[in-house]
Amino acid sequence: MQLETLFKWLYETSFAQALRESEGLFPWIECVHVLAICLVIGSIAIVDLRLLGIASRERRVTVLSAQILPVTWCAFVIAAITGLILFSSNAVAYSRNFYFLGKLLLILLAGVNMLTFQFGVFKSVHHWDSSTSVPTLAKVAAILSLSFWTLVVIFGRWIGFTLVPAIAG
Amino acid sequence: MRTQSLEDFCNWIEQTSLSQAVQSNAWVVPTVQTIHILAIAAVLVSTLLINLRLLNLSGNDMSVSRLLDRYQPIIWKSLPILLVTGLLLIAGEPARSLANDVFQLKMLLLLGVIALMVVVRGHVRKDSSYYDPGRGHRGQANLFALTSLALWVGIVCAGRWIAYTYS
Repeated sequence: MQLETLFKWLYETSFAQALRESEGLFPWIECVHVLAICLVIGSIAIVDLRLLGIASRERRVTVLSAQILPVTWCAFVIAAITGLILFSSNAVAYSRNFYFLGKLLLILLAGVNMLTFQFGVFKSVHHWDSSTSVPTLAKVAAILSLSFWTLVVIFGRWIGFTLVPAIAG
Repeated sequence: MRTQSLEDFCNWIEQTSLSQAVQSNAWVVPTVQTIHILAIAAVLVSTLLINLRLLNLSGNDMSVSRLLDRYQPIIWKSLPILLVTGLLLIAGEPARSLANDVFQLKMLLLLGVIALMVVVRGHVRKDSSYYDPGRGHRGQANLFALTSLALWVGIVCAGRWIAYTYS
């Protein structure tokens, strides 16, 4: 498989080697990754809970999301970059790990859910911006979002317990 | 810090049935860690929004006192969850945590940040406009916000480093 050739090459790079051999590099990047993921999930949850009418009920959906989403996006970019670095330390092993692949799929699903929401029911937000009775579709999107991101954390944590740090090959 | 009595205490914990249960069921630690991380996520985003407001960088349509009312309870409610899940993780591997310098540092940072939260809440309780513009408390607000953010970042980093520092 061509992708695996790429991962093996990545494994051999001095960058990946440094990540594996340094005592502090990997944990420190993990720290940033954890911080960023926490902010992604925490900030998304605030908007989701508003859509579900559980919290921030007195705040307009558009005002709240305009305030929160920059945090989400900044944190997501940092999580993606640090995640890519962690992945490159042992690309072959990660690419064969069920929980790693599952986590990627879940992030993809969360993204599709977000786009569907953004270009679907959110178009009519001016009708329910200040209301707590938001359309059912928006609530479904919120529940899906909370579920996907919770699963992302579950799968992410399991990677650490299941990764076989095999050498390339 | 690693005293004999602390090691004895860790050995005693390891013999308890709770510790045995955590150790012998492979799913417990990852599951408890996941809950711990989700609670941390709630704390981090709340503290970030509060501190961005104290720094006047975001959420300026709400007063500091209203924002505290909205987000500080999330932190206070998350702390017991973090305590219970944290205790379960300690029960599973007491020596790796309790006798670990990084864990002890994490607890110190936690005490510091809780003290800071109490101070900020105290100010706003006594005088809800304490941090409003023109009250001359800008410097104090900035100092508290930056310290609080630094402490939480330190807490999360220390938490991750516990896994790498037991000898």
